[in-house]
Parts: sequence; structure tokens; C-alpha cells
Amino acid sequence: MHSTNYIIRFVLVMTAIVAVILSLMSTGLKPIHDKNEAVYNKTAILSAIASHLGKDLKTLSDEEIGAIFSEKVTQKVLNMDGKVIDEATMMEMGYKDGLAESVDMGKEMKKPEEDRVLPLFIYESDKGNEFYILNVRGKGLWDEIWGCVALEDDMNTIAGVAFDHKAETPGLGAEIKDSQAFKEQFVGKKIYRPDGEYKSIYVRKGGAKDPVHEVDGISGATITADGVTEMMQRGIAYYEPYFDKINK
Amino acid sequence: MSEVKVAEKKSALFGKNEKKLLIDPLNDNNPITVQVLGICSALAVTTLMNKALVMSIAVIFVLAASNVLTSLLRNSIPKQVRMIVQLVIIATLVTVVELALKALDYNTFKELSVFIGLIITNCIIMGRLEAFAMANSPWRAFLDGIGNGLGYGIILLLVAFIRELFGKGTVFGFGIIGPDAGYLINTSESWLFGWYANNNLMVLFPSAMFVIGVLIWIHRGIVNKSLVDVS
Repeated sequence: MHSTNYIIRFVLVMTAIVAVILSLMSTGLKPIHDKNEAVYNKTAILSAIASHLGKDLKTLSDEEIGAIFSEKVTQKVLNMDGKVIDEATMMEMGYKDGLAESVDMGKEMKKPEEDRVLPLFIYESDKGNEFYILNVRGKGLWDEIWGCVALEDDMNTIAGVAFDHKAETPGLGAEIKDSQAFKEQFVGKKIYRPDGEYKSIYVRKGGAKDPVHEVDGISGATITADGVTEMMQRGIAYYEPYFDKINK
Repeated sequence: MSEVKVAEKKSALFGKNEKKLLIDPLNDNNPITVQVLGICSALAVTTLMNKALVMSIAVIFVLAASNVLTSLLRNSIPKQVRMIVQLVIIATLVTVVELALKALDYNTFKELSVFIGLIITNCIIMGRLEAFAMANSPWRAFLDGIGNGLGYGIILLLVAFIRELFGKGTVFGFGIIGPDAGYLINTSESWLFGWYANNNLMVLFPSAMFVIGVLIWIHRGIVNKSLVDVS
């Protein structure tokens, strides 16, 4: 039988040793973790325009993704009025390096609508075409869903999309991320009607009726699909003021 | 008490008893199919072979290392707080695994999300520390950890193989059967497999319960009949 004194000493020493080991490891690996996270986010953004990269995104190394991002992608941060916020102002507002990639849409969505900032990535392909990659975020069935939408330089035609989710059902709602066929449907769809009215994209249960603004839903995933519709409607509309400004 | 006596007897470094420690959990005393422990993670991470493999390696590491650490400390751990000490050892090792995986393979880390952290609650590990490591030498505890980890990993990979093959038509992401040219058997062209479609149930969690149930049945009914008490 050990004395109470011994037990207290044992527990204290154990706690101290564990704390030192874990904090050393955590701080030591922090730079690698940050780098991995940045590459992961960059890959997610580039996957919206995967077909225009000229290379297979999956085969690119971390360095190559970083290189594409620094050479061909222009990052801008917009406020809700469509004005570009410069890096210095962003840093004053508390964003790490003032770049669009440091904007966490999850945190932005929790702010009041007028205080949000929007990241915008402009990718210039080898052929000289510009693609505007927008970030959108909404709610699925179980939890948040989000995605990147790439528009061609007419700011109307969709060049590609990439979706992700926190907890949608595998095989049903999760197909918005996993199914290549679902994402390919968005390519070539328009967000404006010919008369200039904002329409966005509608994910229709039972099959698309309008070939320009609608895509087929996923059977068994109606609520997730409705979430995608809502996210596209609202998320793309946030960028409208900016598009209006540069189109004038 | 009998286990304690066996441990105290001088034995060869890798004798019959040591071999038994390693082999037993693979069949006669499998943590999943016989003891029915660690089912939570067996349901959650078996949709893809890749996930199941990383999870198995993580559990083997945590189980072996925590067994050895507990065994080394077994005479100095106060009996009154031994559960807490065991839990701290497990939690520390799991956090180490989590931090290492985040640095080594960020995509797999993202896919496994909370389930790496949940290794802490895997009953197999706590069970082995309490039942074995507290009463045996570090070397024997190490073998026991590896054995039980392998027993867990084999079932995990088996379930993941069935679920990934029938749910997605792939194994380790390599296409086996599916509707385009990227697969080994192309169902849209083959005259024999034109009817085949992926079974969506296999991707969902309940299917793991069915698969494990069938595995337990096969294990007891065909592979190892000695497990069934006929009296």
C-alpha cells in the first residue's frame, strides 16, 4: 500500500513529464502542421479548376502546389460592398498575413453579414484565361458544407466546382464531394439569365429542367442538395457587388 | 493469479509462452470477434482500406507502447490511481500519434478526423493494460500488445476490404469493378457484369455491424469450432 504522500508526488511528476513531452512535440511540429494545412487549403481551392491546370492535381507535390499558387494566383479580399481590402488593413483587422488564404469562411459565417470579408482567388491559366474562384459556405443535413466555385472571366459561366463537408452521410450527402459526375454537371452552367437577372444554380430533385441554371440532385440526399442550392444562391450573390464594379 | 506465476518463471526470450501471446489474439482470443471489444472504431474507420490500415498501425503502436510503459511502471504505480495513470499513458501516446500523423500525412489525418483521438476510449487498450501489463514483464507486455493490435488490425482490414470492394468497387483506391475504363472489370462494357452496381449500404456504418456479425459467425462456425461451447 502506497502512502497518500507518494500518490500525490507520483501524479504530479507524471503530469509534469507528460506536459513537457506533449508541449515540446506540439511546438516542434507546428511549422510542419501549418505548412500541411496551407497546402491542403490550396489544393482545395485549385481543385475547383482542376481541369484547367493542365496537370493532374493528385500527382502534384506540395512544392508544385505552392509554386502554382505564388506564380499564377492573385489573392484578393473583398468586403461585402465589393471593395478590395488591402493587406495592411487586413493585418490590422487581425488576419495572420493579410492574404485571402488566411480567411476562414467558417469564422466569417458566424459574424453579422455586413462585417464579413470574402476571399477571392484569380487564377491565370497558361493560355492567359482568368478564372475567378469564390468561396461559398452553407448548411447540409448534419453540419456545415462548403465549396469553391470557379467562374470564367465573363463572371457568369461556371468553370468548375469543388465541395466539401463536415459530416454528410457517406454514399448519400457526401457524394457532393466524392461524385465526380455531380461536380461535372456544374461546368458550363450560368449564374445570370440572358437579361442580366441573378439566378445562380438550382440542384433539382428528380432531374434538372432548365439546362442553363439547374443540375440533377442526388437520390437520397435531398436536404444536402437543398443546402448546396442555398449555398450557391447566397454565396455567389455576396460577390455580386464586386463583379458589378469591375464589369462597369 | 496464474498469469502472475507464469510471468515470474524464468523463460526463454521467445519460448512457447511468448509465441502464444503473439498468436492467441489472432484467432482463439481475437479482441474483436471473440472479446467483442473496440467495435466503435471498427464501425467508423472501415469504409476505406487506407483508413483502416492507418488506424490499425496507430492502435498497434499505442497498444504496444502503452503496454510496455505500464509494465515498466507496474511496481511503482499506486494501486489507488492505477486507472488514471493508465489513461494518462494512453492519452499521451494517442496525442503523440495524432501530432505525428498530422505532420506526416495531412490528408489521412483529415479523413480519420476524430477517430484517432478516440483510440483513447478503445476498450482493447485499457483492457490489456489492466489485465496483462500490470502483472507481466515489459517484453511479454510488448508481445501481448503487438499480438492484440494485430488481431484488431486483421479484422479491421478484412471488414474494410469487404466494405470498400462492394461499396465503392475499389481496394486501396485501386479500381476493381466499376462503370468506366479506370476499373479492372469495366461493368459498362463487360457482358458478364453488366448488371453489377455498387452496394450503397456498404458505405454506411450499419453495414460494418452486419459484416462483423457474419465474420464472427464464420470464425466460430467454420474456422475455429472450439470457440463454441456445446455443453
